[in-house]
Amino acid sequence: MSTQAVEARRPWQGIGTIAKYVVLLLATFVTLGPVVWTLITALTPTDPVTHVTSVGGSAFADVFAKIPVWLYVWNSALVTLLVALGQMLSAAMAGYVFARFEFRSKRVLFGLILATMMVPMQVTIVPVFMLIRGMGLADTLLALIIPALPTAFGTFLMRQFFMGLPAELGEAAAIDGAGPWRVFFSVYLPLATPGLAIVGILAFNYHWNEFFRPLIMTISEQNFTLPLGLVTLQGNLGTGSVSTVLAGVIISMIPALLVFIFGQKPLREGLTAGVGK
Amino acid sequence: MSTTSSTQAPAASDSVARSGATRRPRLLISLFLAPTVIGLALFSFLPIVASVVLAFFRWDIITSPEFVGLDNFARLASNPTVRVSFLNTIGFVATAVVVQLAVALLLAILVQSKMPNWLRTFFRSTLFFPLILSAASVSLIMAYLFNQEFGLVNEVLGWIGIAKVGWLTTGFGAKVVVLLVYVWQNFGFTFLLFIGGIAAIPKEVYEAASIDGATGWKQFWQLTLPLISPTMLVASVMAIINALQIFDQPWVLTRGGPGDETRTAVMVIYESAFRQLDFGGASAIGVVLTLLIMLVTAIQFQLSKRFVFYG
Repeated sequence: MSTQAVEARRPWQGIGTIAKYVVLLLATFVTLGPVVWTLITALTPTDPVTHVTSVGGSAFADVFAKIPVWLYVWNSALVTLLVALGQMLSAAMAGYVFARFEFRSKRVLFGLILATMMVPMQVTIVPVFMLIRGMGLADTLLALIIPALPTAFGTFLMRQFFMGLPAELGEAAAIDGAGPWRVFFSVYLPLATPGLAIVGILAFNYHWNEFFRPLIMTISEQNFTLPLGLVTLQGNLGTGSVSTVLAGVIISMIPALLVFIFGQKPLREGLTAGVGK
Repeated sequence: MSTTSSTQAPAASDSVARSGATRRPRLLISLFLAPTVIGLALFSFLPIVASVVLAFFRWDIITSPEFVGLDNFARLASNPTVRVSFLNTIGFVATAVVVQLAVALLLAILVQSKMPNWLRTFFRSTLFFPLILSAASVSLIMAYLFNQEFGLVNEVLGWIGIAKVGWLTTGFGAKVVVLLVYVWQNFGFTFLLFIGGIAAIPKEVYEAASIDGATGWKQFWQLTLPLISPTMLVASVMAIINALQIFDQPWVLTRGGPGDETRTAVMVIYESAFRQLDFGGASAIGVVLTLLIMLVTAIQFQLSKRFVFYG
């Protein structure tokens, strides 16, 4: 009876394996296909109506001619790098304190920090805009940087990370005469590099791609970030040249691709950290 | 483990001598907490309170705020655009979350099934790729793929004799495209969560089950699904919270059109505040959206008491 069951399962399993790979390859095609198509279209500018490959003039050159790409890249890079560095530092410091020290109101404070993760940014955007305006920072890049520096998720992540490091290290350093500052900066911070990488990569990915906040906080084109600039390429009624827009999209994807190539392992772990386990 | 530092041996450092048995470097604690605590208080907590207060005022930034009680909420309830945008958002969340969870679960199970390691690594990396792209870029790409006249999608459909579909120019088509584009970009996150959840299931459980004769579908329904139900809860809560905030994709793809067919709640917040300078109304919509998120999350946690299995 039992051998029969095994025999009978074999052909079904063979079909199952083929079906499995067909589904997975199809899914890979669907996830990568549009990006490959974008690259091909950007590299071979065609007239959208006649499908004739246009002679002369590259779509990439067209992007640089139509919008100040370098300015937008500079703005995006400045915002993204400062936010990423600021989040790494502030999250490391706060996470360290929550992991290592006991103090009054610690639980309440940590609970409140976690609670801020629950409220969608869109709900607080009006008062944040007022605050930024009141600080005289409306329509500046600082409006994008300063509110993004503290990170509840990063603090949580770094706390988890520091809790995983042995307390004995700090104790040994203290016995050797290191003060609390040195214990942090020379002992724990270097050991926290993988955690910092996760916070940094997540911040980089989020803020490089961010659209909603820049749309609200910046008004003049000289303060646009790359995603905003790209959407202006599209033209008012979507009349922009397909190749040009897609060439712009490719340019904006390059840092994301680099993050994907070099940072995908920490990214994969970071995205699921603290929720899966 | 985190608190062992308070029992540290009294070493030579100054702060130890000063604070006695409980060694707490107060200055370090306060300075290290300051950026995060002050920052979040200023840019997260205060705005939440302000948003709730503002919802009861009429304010256009120029003139001084005027208390109007529940008037903003009453206006919302009777404004057809607001009503439609909330219905759109709820319909979108219901469909997008179901599709996203189903696709992610299917792919995660397939990727975690028996296969060579290099192949598993390949699929695990490529399938979440869209997640790292910007929603604005993705929407720009998709606007061309789904263009009625020259889009690749209609062209491929043309090969099998299907007439050109007005993907972005008809209400139903635009809704479908927004849904597809959103799920395309976001299923990767749920997929990663499920991979983590499935990887955490001990192999012995399956071995025991197959000895008892449970295979294929039976294994899926009776083992995998109950064992990853905690992951399922986290995944669905996060998917719903994220989907309720959809903005970038419909904004770039359709600007909310045709008509109000793809207008979402967040789009109305943006338009009332920054286009019509109705900051009270925008805050009121924000408050309603937050309450909606809290309500849905609470219901999910209640339901989870019955369906989530902690092994």
